[in-house]
Amino acid sequence: MSGAPNPLRVAIIGAGPAAFYAADHILKQSSSAEVDMFDRLPTPFGLVRHGVAPDHQKIKSVVKGFAAVATSPRFRFYGNVEFGRDVDLDGLARHYHQVLFATGAQTDRRMNIPGEDLAGSYPATEFVAWYNGHPAYRDEAFDLQTPAAVVVGVGNVAIDVARMLSLEEHELAATDMARHAVAALARSQVRDVYVLGRRGPAQAAFTTPELKELSELPNVDLVIDPAEAALDALSAAELERANDPVLRRKVELIQSLATRPPAGRPRRLHLRFLVSPEALIDDGHGRVAAVRLARNELVGSETGSLSAKPTGATETIAAGIVFRSVGYRGVPLPGVPFDTRWGVVANVAGRVCSPETHELVPGLYTAGWIKRGPSGVIGTNKADAVETVHAMLADAEAGLTLDPAQPTAAAADEYVCRCCARPVSFADWQRLDALEVEAGARAGCPRVKFASVATMLAALAGEGGPAGN
Amino acid sequence: MKLENVLAVKGSRIETCALTDTVRDVIAHLKAANVGALVVVDGGRPVGIISERDIARAVDGESNVPSLPVQSLMTREVVFGAPGDDVAAVLDTMTANHFRHLPVVLDGELVGIVTTGDLVRAELDTLRGHVVTLEDQVMAGGGE
Repeated sequence: MSGAPNPLRVAIIGAGPAAFYAADHILKQSSSAEVDMFDRLPTPFGLVRHGVAPDHQKIKSVVKGFAAVATSPRFRFYGNVEFGRDVDLDGLARHYHQVLFATGAQTDRRMNIPGEDLAGSYPATEFVAWYNGHPAYRDEAFDLQTPAAVVVGVGNVAIDVARMLSLEEHELAATDMARHAVAALARSQVRDVYVLGRRGPAQAAFTTPELKELSELPNVDLVIDPAEAALDALSAAELERANDPVLRRKVELIQSLATRPPAGRPRRLHLRFLVSPEALIDDGHGRVAAVRLARNELVGSETGSLSAKPTGATETIAAGIVFRSVGYRGVPLPGVPFDTRWGVVANVAGRVCSPETHELVPGLYTAGWIKRGPSGVIGTNKADAVETVHAMLADAEAGLTLDPAQPTAAAADEYVCRCCARPVSFADWQRLDALEVEAGARAGCPRVKFASVATMLAALAGEGGPAGN
Repeated sequence: MKLENVLAVKGSRIETCALTDTVRDVIAHLKAANVGALVVVDGGRPVGIISERDIARAVDGESNVPSLPVQSLMTREVVFGAPGDDVAAVLDTMTANHFRHLPVVLDGELVGIVTTGDLVRAELDTLRGHVVTLEDQVMAGGGE
């Protein structure tokens, strides 16, 4: 690198897949660049740890590659350090040439219907974070003493939530689900879970393997109304035109499952199509008692996309708990330009810019969901991060960076340690990881997660492990 | 994948022109902004679209095209998208009907424009993401 600072010092905010893919690419493309990665939690890996379902361990194996990135002597992890609370842009700009934001999409979209804020109505992501042991959700109390639950949405998060609500205690206990969640779900009275899709089978976001998994749960009857599984004329035409074997197979599986007679199993998972929640009904004490649904039909637009339109017919499902999973949005970061319309850090191919003028902000970059919005799968973040890193390295080469007064690893470390009482290093995380896996071996599951920051820090001080927290 | 996901990447910037602009103005604008079409607005309202293709077609047999006003050769029958439209369905429609630029409207307001190239890239990124995910799982020994 000719015009580039040497070494180029990069701060990455966030420690999920996009952050690790970016770090990996920076370290591979530059033989001298140094990367410090910050996360508000003591634990790395973002949604792989706190989003991916606990019974999907295979998907979590991606962290092995991320852990390999962390072995570089030019990489440091600062867990338990929050941007905007412990460190800020001014501070980072004194020690780094570039700052990359990869903080994900941290909030849920709302349904905007009456009753949405009644007790018993939750964003699905809070439930997911709770059962996956996210420390900020450790103390959430989901009242599962109700016979029926409703999950709004048919994306992968909705399907995960429905499955977690439907598994038996021994099935949950064999996963790395947080132990407090296993205990609470073991006491759950929920026996009927309704999953609501506003459009039809041909538009459902879940995948065929996800549906197949639901259909094979040993204690659950998957209930699909054959009338709702049938394709309307517009969907049939769309399926014909798209000529997509993956979509065709999904529709065929839905229709085939709809003809399967219930086997009298103790739990039922009702997969509904062409229905939208219209209102959550109050039980008279501020709690959800039921969900009023509008039945929909599909209407075509001139773009060929089909959308749901209420037919005027309604129905009511009695349910004491409702989880909405209708999309996510990014959360603005202090001092970082934000595009409020699309809920992302304003950027051009990963370079942060003004949302109004598109003028670039030197030295600031973004990757992952906070860059492009919540779309794609874990691997989608690789190309996304690589695009941003190309921009970063080109800018560094051109000398377009921040102008840090103290661009050294030692000065940065001193700054972080001054701002945060107990930064957690990657070596610290590996100790926590080992303790979790050891506790898991004793409990017969992949790991027993620490569920609070306090217990993690205590364990690092040699006091206690993850069990019993 | 929906158009809003594409626009989150691309942003809401839309290149526009007026009905009375000349084709010469449009060509200069297309070149400067490095785009293939401008949305024609009248009083802030989108009333048409003018693309490289409209201009190329007009040039055939016509000598004074650069001085013609936009309104004489713009496409008036514009298809508008909505942020919640499905990318796959929209791409099918654009391909089948041979148009390459789709202005996106939310509550009557123009909020972006997508091209077939943007949509192909979005679909390709999604598919590549699945491949990377599966490969990472296999490389980590998590595959079967």
